Parts: sequence; structure tokens; C-alpha cells
Amino acid sequence: MTPYTNIYYFIVLVFLFIPIFIAGLREKKLPVYSFVLTVLLLSSVYLSSLTEFLSFVCYIIWQIGMVSWYHFYRKTNNATSIFYFFIFFTLLPLLLVKVIPFFHIHTMIGFLGISYLTFKSVQVIIDLRDGTLKDYRLFDFASFLLFYPTISSGPIDRFKRFRQDFSSIPTKDEYRSLFFHGTNKIFQGFLYKFIIASLLNANVIQTLYVQEHSFLPTLIYMYAYSLYLFFDFAGYSCFAIGVSYYLGIKTPENFHLPFLSRNIKDFWNRWHMSLSFWFRDYVYMRFVFLFTKKKWIKNRYTVSYLGYFVLFLLMGLWHGLALHYIVYGLYHACLIITFDLFDRWNKKHKKWKKNKWTYGISLFITFHVICFGFLLFSGRLF
Amino acid sequence: MTTLQETVLTILETICETDAVREDLDLHLFDEGLLDSFGSVALLVEIESQLGITVGISDFDRDQWATPQLILERLAERQ
Repeated sequence: MTPYTNIYYFIVLVFLFIPIFIAGLREKKLPVYSFVLTVLLLSSVYLSSLTEFLSFVCYIIWQIGMVSWYHFYRKTNNATSIFYFFIFFTLLPLLLVKVIPFFHIHTMIGFLGISYLTFKSVQVIIDLRDGTLKDYRLFDFASFLLFYPTISSGPIDRFKRFRQDFSSIPTKDEYRSLFFHGTNKIFQGFLYKFIIASLLNANVIQTLYVQEHSFLPTLIYMYAYSLYLFFDFAGYSCFAIGVSYYLGIKTPENFHLPFLSRNIKDFWNRWHMSLSFWFRDYVYMRFVFLFTKKKWIKNRYTVSYLGYFVLFLLMGLWHGLALHYIVYGLYHACLIITFDLFDRWNKKHKKWKKNKWTYGISLFITFHVICFGFLLFSGRLF
Repeated sequence: MTTLQETVLTILETICETDAVREDLDLHLFDEGLLDSFGSVALLVEIESQLGITVGISDFDRDQWATPQLILERLAERQ
């Protein structure tokens, strides 16, 4: 069963959480009960299909093994080739799950949330390599990986941040505010996902008129789908964040009013933030750092633009091996580079001044450019 | 002014393309749009090559490195 998809899930969840709430208000943790809940709720997600369940278990053992092995190795050594070796083998399960169906070979491997979990393992290996994560413990990492509120679609937390919340006990007052914040988030999720997104889907997207492939229906579809995508995924994120707060874990936010972005860079700081920040910190910045330090390419802007292509191409491919995802990635890379060129030109010539008119026009243009991106992403065009 | 301070401010001046970083040590570099992820990387590369202080990208938390003053403090801790 996919988490957070119907109201019964929430009713059962609140019932199961009653001991957690009481313990939280008494400044206590319930390690045994939390373990039982983890097993129970993960089983509810994966046990409906035996192969999915087995894939999940094998994957978890594999990832914990890889990361713990690298941690052991990194204590005494730090060879670059070994680091890439571990990165490759940590990515391998995800690569197999994504690539095998592409060749029309039917397998049953794979499970809900594999790509989100892979982000978690890869970041820990990179942090170990950087030397910023020294006191790694297998138990903490397993708890991080198996944290069920965010298991299916994130938000993608950071290990060091998670561990801080995980190993501390909030005071009575702190827990009360976590509880209220969590409840608030869950109700925001109800509004977003179960009301706004499902109304948009039923009354606009699924109507016969909008399903027609001519200009006006496609235009309506573009706006409706963009809004639907936001309310559906932001709603899910609210649930995941709200339930995390109940457990004393302040899972990071995923959205910050993305349709009010001033420009495309601003948009990526507001849309699916836990993913875009992950790509920024673990792909883009590292790519630019490596190329600048090794002086492989002299022009610093060329390096930056290549970095954007790598980032967005990977992000596109991560959604799936399909043409429209690749085009979506390239589209955003081109947008951000065009914006950067414009921004630098404008710093010199100061033609586009900051006032409420240009601000309004920027919002308008950015909104449309983003919606067109989602139309590409939807796969409706090709 | 110490050599560390002088070197760091010169680096920031070049990357942010403004001498405002020298005049106001509490200037918020990210909020003002003077530093982005690309600028941050350039900063880390220059710090490493000119001062010999290595700062990992995962150590570079935007809140802790937000102003010239904070950057100087973080680097002083690592010297």
C-alpha cells in the first residue's frame, strides 16, 4: 500500500502513534515500540508483493553493507578510485532497476522509493570521503535509511541533520510545538492533495475536452497539470514532514511558493528543494570544484554551464529513461544558462531595473516558462 | 588588518565583483545575490590555493558562512 493515499491510513497511523505522543510529552523515547512501528509500517508498504518486499530487503542490506564497508576503509585509506568504486556499487541497484525495463526485459525487481533511498546512501559515502562525517554508526545509518515517514518519495534529509534530531530528546514544550506543527502540516496536506489536487484532476485534467490534442485544451492542460503537480506533491510532502515531526525529526521542507519565483534560479530554490539542493551540493558544486581546481577548463563560466547540463540531465534521467524527461532536463539547463547570461549582461548595462513593474513581469514570465517545462515533463507532447 | 583578513576580503572582492564586502563585514552575501553556489565553489578553491585551508563542500553551510565576518571566523577556527 502506498502511504498517505487514503484517510484510513491516517486514522490507523494516529491510533498507532498514541504511545509516541504520550512518551513525547513525558520527554521519553520508546525504542522498542518505534522499532515495532517501523517493521509494521514498512511491511504495510512492501508486503503486498513478495518480490517487492525481497527487493527492498536485499537493497537495504546491500546499501548498509556498502556504506559501512566504505566507512571501515576510509578510516585508514582514501584512494579516489576506491571512492568511485563504492559510488558505482551504491548506484548499481538503482541503475539496474531503471535500465533493465528500457530493454523490454520483464523483471519484478525494484520497489517504491528506491531512487530516494539511493540519494541517502550516496550522500553518506561522499561525506565520509570528505572527512566531514567521522563518527558514523551503522545503527544511525539504518535508522536514517529506514525512516518510514519519508520512505516512498522524500523529502530527502541529510544524515548529519537527521542524526542530530534522532539522538536528542525534545523537551515537553518542544514536543508540544512539534506536535502542533506536525498536525498543521498534515491538515495542509489534506487541503493540497485530497481537495485541491483531486478537484483539479477530476474536473479539469480528466475531462474529455482537456484530453483533446488541440491548442486550447493543451494550454488548459498545461496550467492545470502544473498546479496539480504542485498541490499533489506538496501535499504528500506535508504529510511526510508532519509525520516526521510527530517522531521528533524535523524533515526539511520541499516547497516554498514556487509559482512566485522571480526567475528560474529562484524557482529551483523553491521547487522540490530537498532534491534540487541535493543535486546542487553533491553534483553541481563538486563538478565545478573539480574542474576549477584541476584547471581542466580555463573559462569559469564554461565550467559552470557544463555543470548545469550535468545536473539537469541527471535530474531528468533520474525521473526515468524517457525522451520527455531528458528534454525536460535540457530545457531547464538552457533556461538557467540563458538567465545567467542575461543577469551578467544586466549587471553591466543595468537595463532591467528593480521595481514593482519589472518584478510583476518577471513573475509572469517565470510562471509561464515553468508551466511549459511541466508540459514537457508530463509527456503529453511526445 | 591581519593577512588572513586581507587575503579573504580580496578574494571576496573578486568573486562578488564589488568592494561592498570590504566596507560592510556583516553584509549577507547570499541574500544580496552576491554569492551563489558557483561563487561558493570559487571561494573554496581560492581559499585552498591561497591560504592552504581545505574546506569540504559539505562543510560549507550557507547559514554559517553567510557574511564576510562569519567567513573569517570559520577560517580562523580552521587555521
